[in-house]
Amino acid sequence: MSLVESPERPAATAPRPKAPALRRKHRGQRLRTLGFLSPWLVGFSVFFGYPLLATVYFSFMHYNQIQQPSFVGLRNWKYVFTQMPLFGPALWNTLWLVVVMVALRVVFGLGIGLLVTKIKSGVGFFRTAFYLPYLAPPVAATVAFVFLLNPGTGPVNEILEALGIPAPGWFNDAAWAKPSLVMLSLWGIGDLMVIFMAALLDVPKEQYEAAELDGAGAWARFRYVTWPSITPIVLFAVVTGVVQTMQYYTQALVAGKLASGVTIGPGTVIQPGYPDHSTLTVPQLVYSLGFQNFNTGAACVLSLVLFVIAMAVTTLLMRKRAGLLPAED
Amino acid sequence: MTTTTLRAGSAPARTGTTDRGPAASRARRKRLLHWIAVHSVAVAAALFFVLPFVFVFLTSVMSDDQAMSGELWPHEWNWSNYATVFATPGFLDWWRNSLMYAGLGTLFTVGSAIPVAYALAKFRFRGRRIAMLLVISTMMLPPQVIVIPMYLVWAQQLHLSGSLWPLIIPMAFGDAYSIFLLRQFLLTIPQEYIESAKVDGCGEVRTLLRIVVPMAKPGIAAVALFQFFYCWNDYFGPQIYAAQNPAAWTLSYGLESFKSAHNVNWNLTMAATLLVMAPVIIVFFFAQKAFVEGVTLTGVKG
Repeated sequence: MSLVESPERPAATAPRPKAPALRRKHRGQRLRTLGFLSPWLVGFSVFFGYPLLATVYFSFMHYNQIQQPSFVGLRNWKYVFTQMPLFGPALWNTLWLVVVMVALRVVFGLGIGLLVTKIKSGVGFFRTAFYLPYLAPPVAATVAFVFLLNPGTGPVNEILEALGIPAPGWFNDAAWAKPSLVMLSLWGIGDLMVIFMAALLDVPKEQYEAAELDGAGAWARFRYVTWPSITPIVLFAVVTGVVQTMQYYTQALVAGKLASGVTIGPGTVIQPGYPDHSTLTVPQLVYSLGFQNFNTGAACVLSLVLFVIAMAVTTLLMRKRAGLLPAED
Repeated sequence: MTTTTLRAGSAPARTGTTDRGPAASRARRKRLLHWIAVHSVAVAAALFFVLPFVFVFLTSVMSDDQAMSGELWPHEWNWSNYATVFATPGFLDWWRNSLMYAGLGTLFTVGSAIPVAYALAKFRFRGRRIAMLLVISTMMLPPQVIVIPMYLVWAQQLHLSGSLWPLIIPMAFGDAYSIFLLRQFLLTIPQEYIESAKVDGCGEVRTLLRIVVPMAKPGIAAVALFQFFYCWNDYFGPQIYAAQNPAAWTLSYGLESFKSAHNVNWNLTMAATLLVMAPVIIVFFFAQKAFVEGVTLTGVKG
């Protein structure tokens, strides 16, 4: 917690001597601030600071959660980066999803946001329809999509076949599994739609009118009026999207498990990422290493890899979008 | 950026409908074509968003045999499927656990986030910027980064694995996302109200409870809703701590194993799926405004 407390200390030992009353007042304010912040100060140190340090510690240990941990230096790190067979596919899948999913989400979300601002009749219905899937619990949405896209009896393939379109195997085909996950994610675009819609409605109307008088077509109006004013929001959507996709877990895991048809009970160890590790993501690998193989050290190494990437993206966010921070700073 | 601006989108742009002449009728035709084009795209998009719900619902009332056939419309409406789902051993426990996790989690989160967000929004103190940076950083962090040491503490030292307490208790100590969201909202409350309360002799705690909290109700509602849904939807947390003990499973975690146990019964699975979605959707219809406000606050305010 010293990070938060220490910048305050100079105030207490300010060079200029202060009247006792003033000093008492300052101390009172400091205590007041600490009091109000205390839930978070405790939470941050106990549920964030400690486990982060412990993760670094365990990454240098051999530990199977039964015997005492023993120091092995960089062996876990070397194992993860050079020998672990699933690290490559997991990292590849996560990066693939980060690039494709985030890009398509932003484009699609912006498209739906634009559409909603153009609708004249039944706005309420359309907005609710576009927003509701975002609220569906991820597990429920995934179970529903595994059913809808079931290659044998799913309604989607029934319709495609009726239309004479060759139907893919979706979650059961290694080439289609990730695109299926992307589709599931596009279905839940509601949050981005709302953000983009709000940003689009904030663009000053006069600018559109001025552009129209200058003879600008629809594309020119978008390019020179809309786009410059919504770029901060687009950037925000990209960066939060990247951070979220780095954590992508539930949908990939549930889709893989259900599509594989494996019966799951407590203690069942399944190879994650069905089919052919095509849906295995880094967070799944952390879980699998730490809680199924009890290779705590390697799991902690992978956690730290996630941490470094997430922090890098967050730093980028801070740099590029200072607006997230206190406005008066 | 408030919800009031959102409604501007529905304002009809019909002007000059009383004009006559060929130019006006051309313009009217153009507007009509535009209307048709926009609404056709909207209907097509709406199908993509709504049809999954429709198919899920239709399947949930089919007979066991028909649910496997790939047919789209139910021959008969078997409402009893829902009763069968409720009668499945454990299903009611999962409801109770989900409600407990989401209810207590929301209560704890709101209670702890209010003072912290207030201090970050309204107090001037050194290190505020760093504190805010740390809040945002924790908000951005994948939960998998710190889960292993936390699990070891809860399981080996406190012997609380097999229950949802390791997920609920930390929420009494401030959740970064909720603190951030609420702080963004509190920034919009004019400083004058707080100062005049102080002039009237209110201490900080009284000012917070009497002035700030009543004014911040919409923000608090948004935080509460998001936290409720976060807990309701959480899969990773219950998987880590409750997996070994089916009596502690939540609906979100249990649903997937429900499918595994009923391997061929898509109708029952879809009924269960809808039952997991239902509370979220019902709450949404009662609290739409708080929701939209919350989403825009996190995304746009700055």
